[in-house]
Amino acid sequence: EDDEDDVDLDAWERTYTDERSWESLQEDESGMLRPIDNQALYHSQYRRRLRTAARIQKGLIRYLYIVIDLSRAASEMDFRPSRIAVIAKHVETFIREFFYQNPLSQVGIVTIKDGVAHCLTDIGGSPESHINALMKKLECSGDSSLQNALDLVDGYLNQIPSYGHREVLILYSALSTCDPGDIMDTIQKCRKSKIRCSVIGLAAEMFICKHLCQETGGTYSVALDESHFKELILEHAPPPPAIAEFAVANLIKMGFPQRAAEGSISICSCHKEAKVGAGYTCPRCKARACELPTECCVCGLTLVSSPHLARSYHHLFPIAPFDEVTSSLNNPNCKLQRNCFGCQQSLLDPGNKPGPAVVCPKCKRYFCLDCDIYIHESLHNCPGCDSL
Amino acid sequence: MASAPSKLYADDVSLVVVLLDTNPFFWSSSSLSFSQFLSHVLAFLNAILTLNQLNQVVVIATGYNSCDYVFDSSSDLNRSFENGRMPVMCSSLLQKLEEFLITDEQLSKEEPEGKIKPSLFSGSLSMALCYIQRVFRSGALHPHPRILCLQGSLDGPEQYVAIMNAIFSAQRSSVPIDSCYIGSQNSAFLQQASYITGGVHHKPQNLDGLFQYLMTIFATDLHSRSFIHLPKPVGVDFRASCFCHKNTIDMGYICSVCLSIFCKHHKKCSTCGSVFGQAQSEAASASDKKRKTPET
Repeated sequence: EDDEDDVDLDAWERTYTDERSWESLQEDESGMLRPIDNQALYHSQYRRRLRTAARIQKGLIRYLYIVIDLSRAASEMDFRPSRIAVIAKHVETFIREFFYQNPLSQVGIVTIKDGVAHCLTDIGGSPESHINALMKKLECSGDSSLQNALDLVDGYLNQIPSYGHREVLILYSALSTCDPGDIMDTIQKCRKSKIRCSVIGLAAEMFICKHLCQETGGTYSVALDESHFKELILEHAPPPPAIAEFAVANLIKMGFPQRAAEGSISICSCHKEAKVGAGYTCPRCKARACELPTECCVCGLTLVSSPHLARSYHHLFPIAPFDEVTSSLNNPNCKLQRNCFGCQQSLLDPGNKPGPAVVCPKCKRYFCLDCDIYIHESLHNCPGCDSL
Repeated sequence: MASAPSKLYADDVSLVVVLLDTNPFFWSSSSLSFSQFLSHVLAFLNAILTLNQLNQVVVIATGYNSCDYVFDSSSDLNRSFENGRMPVMCSSLLQKLEEFLITDEQLSKEEPEGKIKPSLFSGSLSMALCYIQRVFRSGALHPHPRILCLQGSLDGPEQYVAIMNAIFSAQRSSVPIDSCYIGSQNSAFLQQASYITGGVHHKPQNLDGLFQYLMTIFATDLHSRSFIHLPKPVGVDFRASCFCHKNTIDMGYICSVCLSIFCKHHKKCSTCGSVFGQAQSEAASASDKKRKTPET
């Protein structure tokens, strides 16, 4: 009789009848609730992510358009306070993270409102200008049109240099699309233009979005809640795998400006007013710029500093994933490496038995699970290999 | 991203992770002897521990064949004073340091004569960052961490990528890297590290007074630094070096696939093998010219 009842229950109700999440709670000796061990769960999720991130070429110079759906579906309040508020907040985080990880790339924002697509900001490299423009225009109304957005983005992305990777990230709240023509033609046009389209849905899975992503080589995911949405959007910040035929390899001329001397006075080319000291001088035309990376306003030379390039080098020289240590192999070695090599935390659990650990396949040093995650997600150096 | 704010600890509690350069190639030719250097440093570490009861000090030795932890003030063994003369801290640090130096030398492989090896700065920096991450994980109550590098050896260019990775990770976690360069020339890596992470870099002019430099510049906790006049970064050079000649250039060409820097126009990228102007036909495999450990 349970099976028949399940048919009438929603998915969220089934988590209570079938999964009984309260049974996994435990009490300690004094009757207080013990925190649920999330560490092992977190680590197994991380390892699943790592297995899929093989050593493949990535597109480092990206031109990304973010398409935000401002139809009336975006004002729904199933995400608190409303879908569009959640989208705006996380797009801001995403833009900052995107420019942090891809300093040489550029972003533009397109909105769909009342069935028409508008370009909100031109493609550019300054995070503040995009975020400020977005926060001012968040009113939702009308229908959503996927075809109009794709046509607009296709027109803009055809003008970018050939060495750049073209990408579109669509944040879609609606469950329908009102198109003036045949959207399949538009999808084929995007495919010919080598644009990689990805969609994050906030409502439910739609066939047309899935088809679009499959045809163009992007990813399609639907957010379950706000934290899941944040996770999904931030997955697009690191460079995606590059399809080799998509971008022509080219030498790009760039300048490495020196910092202007303290106390020097010059007219800044971005603010059009005189400023004292603390700026960068373009090596070609000697105009002053305020911050890097940027394009010189006078001569158009891309200005960067070497740390901006160095920020992407870890994609070119990734470190090997660590192997899990199984307890049978542990016995001969557990006396030798009792502590994590990175942080010196004990690898033995309270009963003095070997706890979970990982080992680097190259230097054979042992690390704890937290160091494993930190090393592979943030540091990108193996302390053991660098100490040899 | 940032550490949890420590609401119950006062603002001026610090954790200082000291990276000590023990490279014999450097110390054999330095005007300051290693034992004099150690006496300055030990007095400085003691002073930090007396500035605040909750301060912590961790010392990692940077050798030329290996790196290892030699002291941790928060471990139980280092609590009490042995007799009135020398605190347990000094004797245990010196003992572990001596053991480390012996082990480090034993790891030497056959090298051609006259080749000066750099110290493994990227290794000890990575270990320091892992330790600091562990401190962040320990809860809301933790001291403000920073890293102090006492380096004299020359920069090893093969460590460039690893050091930059560590610097960016420290920047993300808001961990300043202070550096005191005690060698004779200049270290671009240390200057960049301190500049990017918001730490202090200084090269003392008179090494006999090293203790004074350490106390006045590097002993200040992070909160008080806004009230104190510390040496400002003077002209950190962020220009890049071209991969072909290693010259510093202010205008160059970047390969759009692997971001290698060249000073002249080439037909083919020497790092990733991409031919310029044509669509690439297969995925390139990056060579390991810049990485210290070769990829297998």
